[in-house]
Amino acid sequence: MAFRVVHYINQFYAGIGGEEKADYMPEIREGVVGPGMAFKGAFKGEAEIVATVICGDSYFASNMDEATAKILDMIREYKPDAFIAGPAFNAGRYGTACGAMCAAVSKEFNIPVITGMYPENPGVEMYKKFAWVIETPNSAVGMRKAVPAMAKLTLKLLKGEAIGKPSDEGYIERGIRKNMFYEKLAAERCVDMFVAKLKGEAFETEYKMPVFDRVDPQPAVKDMKHAVIAIVTSGGICPKGNPDHIEASSASKFGEYDITGVNDLTSETHCTAHGGYDATYADQNADRVLPVDVLRDMEREGVIGKLHNKFYATVGNGTSVANAKKFGAEIVKRLVADGVTAVILTST
Amino acid sequence: MKLELHKLSVKSLKFGDKTGFKDGTLTVNKAELLEIISEDPLLGKNIDVDIAMPGEKTRIIPVKDVIEPRWKIEGSGQVFPGMISDVETVGEGKTLVLSGCAVLTAGKIVRFQEGIIDMSGPGAEYTPYSKTCNVVLVLEPSDPNMDKHDYEKACRIAGLKAAAYLAKSCAESDSESEIETYEYADIKTGMNSLPELPKVGYLYMLQTQGLLHDTYLYGVDVKRILPTIISPLEVMDGAIVSGNCVSACDKNSTYSHQNNPVIADMLKRHGKDFNFVACIVTNENVTLADKRRSSSYATKLAHMLGLDGIVITEEGFGNPDADLIMNCWKAERYGIKTALLTDEYAGQDGASQSLADSCPEGNACVTAGNANEVIHLPAMEKVIGYAEEANVIAGGWNGSLSEDGSITVELQAITGSTSELGYTKLGAYTL
Repeated sequence: MAFRVVHYINQFYAGIGGEEKADYMPEIREGVVGPGMAFKGAFKGEAEIVATVICGDSYFASNMDEATAKILDMIREYKPDAFIAGPAFNAGRYGTACGAMCAAVSKEFNIPVITGMYPENPGVEMYKKFAWVIETPNSAVGMRKAVPAMAKLTLKLLKGEAIGKPSDEGYIERGIRKNMFYEKLAAERCVDMFVAKLKGEAFETEYKMPVFDRVDPQPAVKDMKHAVIAIVTSGGICPKGNPDHIEASSASKFGEYDITGVNDLTSETHCTAHGGYDATYADQNADRVLPVDVLRDMEREGVIGKLHNKFYATVGNGTSVANAKKFGAEIVKRLVADGVTAVILTST
Repeated sequence: MKLELHKLSVKSLKFGDKTGFKDGTLTVNKAELLEIISEDPLLGKNIDVDIAMPGEKTRIIPVKDVIEPRWKIEGSGQVFPGMISDVETVGEGKTLVLSGCAVLTAGKIVRFQEGIIDMSGPGAEYTPYSKTCNVVLVLEPSDPNMDKHDYEKACRIAGLKAAAYLAKSCAESDSESEIETYEYADIKTGMNSLPELPKVGYLYMLQTQGLLHDTYLYGVDVKRILPTIISPLEVMDGAIVSGNCVSACDKNSTYSHQNNPVIADMLKRHGKDFNFVACIVTNENVTLADKRRSSSYATKLAHMLGLDGIVITEEGFGNPDADLIMNCWKAERYGIKTALLTDEYAGQDGASQSLADSCPEGNACVTAGNANEVIHLPAMEKVIGYAEEANVIAGGWNGSLSEDGSITVELQAITGSTSELGYTKLGAYTL
């Protein structure tokens, strides 16, 4: 039986109209509409477009959440195995809508999602992590090139076949690292690359050095006497026994722990969940990583206004930047809500 | 320097009355081996020796280290100098190798680190130690509240003693061994030979961050050294020993030091593509001052030697990424070309940055794969050790071990899976 595919297009490709019809509300039609015909040919019977969603670009852009929810509902009953959108070429709003729908469908139904765009379409940067975006020319003249490439990748994904490099498959690099077994040992590959570099020959690095967000240090706190100080650590300090089961590496969560009335962290009360450093000394005395004792002294001496009664901890070891960002955003929200004015971050 | 490795190819293992090698079979006198390792008062009474063969439905967890049995039959010094032998220089003469065989140290966990080795199934694809005939030591501390550093040391010494004992016991074998000969010139001779080829070195980074993150050189804790020069042949005789594993995927096992594939490949290409004149070892300490000092010193050595290029291998991840990057740009600023060997922590979805530090000079980088990638390991018929540790080891989480005995973990938890000595074929590419 052929795989079931749902296709998303805008009002223009559905033949409804141009800009004047861009507020067209979402509708779903059975079977193919517009460019779906070309896909039908390219799928060669292995996959079938069971339904086509049509939505005006302006409508989608102005009502993103509502339109997305509505379209997800429309799609559900067609039980798709894959979702394709566009191709949108260099049309910005259409590209954004295709990307957004791909991301939403992928999240909701966990099926392959494929779209096509010109590399400079703003939808690419926004959604390439969530969808396969086939690189297309900048206008509909490129339809004949885009459709076979999108169809081919869709079928590969549907069949669970391994997906090759962007240049082999024609999609825009998503920035997602994927493991594979090479023919040679990594050691041999490294010496090969070394020799090429020595000789001034061409070589392709296996990993392009990342570019990091840099955060400028904040100005110093002027009035420490009235500051409410919180402590946050990636050193894994938690109540003894690690009640939240924060992972020793690659943490999926952070913990929030009350230290009301706690003047000192001891080996009886606290430990570390961290698996990436010699934890012996943190387990003996967790103040070494999370200096509650010293801050209580300073609080008593009036050096600081107050030590916040909660601390936050996660494990930095092997934890992805994406998770760390998520934790950071949530912790900050809670700190701000609690009236904290300055934070000491400790790492290990 | 000339070193001959006399390799006996081990195809099967069995327990028997006398430890020795015949017709591809290594016979192990279990009682004798147990006696040797149980001499250590730090180890408990319930220690055991087991066997795990390639293809068996066996899982070993938590694994601390892997060691290849070797014993010097001619030449100065003895294997694992400064650890279980005298401190004399090794790397010359003849060394017997029980090729295809490994000693695994397993048993009660030291801490959240340590790894998994599956002898068959999908997990076996990722670890080089599913292809070796394994003598498994199942260890425990004599006192459950023992200092973890002491228990770690006891496990480390037990593994080395077992490996030396097994090879020593085969020294009289009349089976024919395959002989590999390695020669390594002194630096003066090396520098004057092959003038038409670039002079290159290997910057061998060793993890030194404390308990289960340590490495030893001639018995010296490497965090206490300044970068120094070593001959690749010394490495083959066990001059570098692992202080057991932190994240099991990329802590270099003692076995991978003994069989360092970067050294092997550089020796192979010496005289063809370059003149391999020096191997520099350095550490990865936790303080910034140490990182700066060691990277400056190591690259200065490379500069003083007049090297045109160096291959740099990292060990571990995160904090040591900073050492890797300092080594890279400091070497490049001396005009020394670099190629880097690392692994990646790009998140389970592969969408985050893979390294914790970077520099534009690191434009030739090979990786041994994304250690965060998740793998499902079906249940095995036999578990040597403690399967429940999957829930706490690095790469696992609460719930990694399912009721049916299967385990879902990141590759991190699989011993040697993303070896930064490049001992596997795993790598990664960008989708």
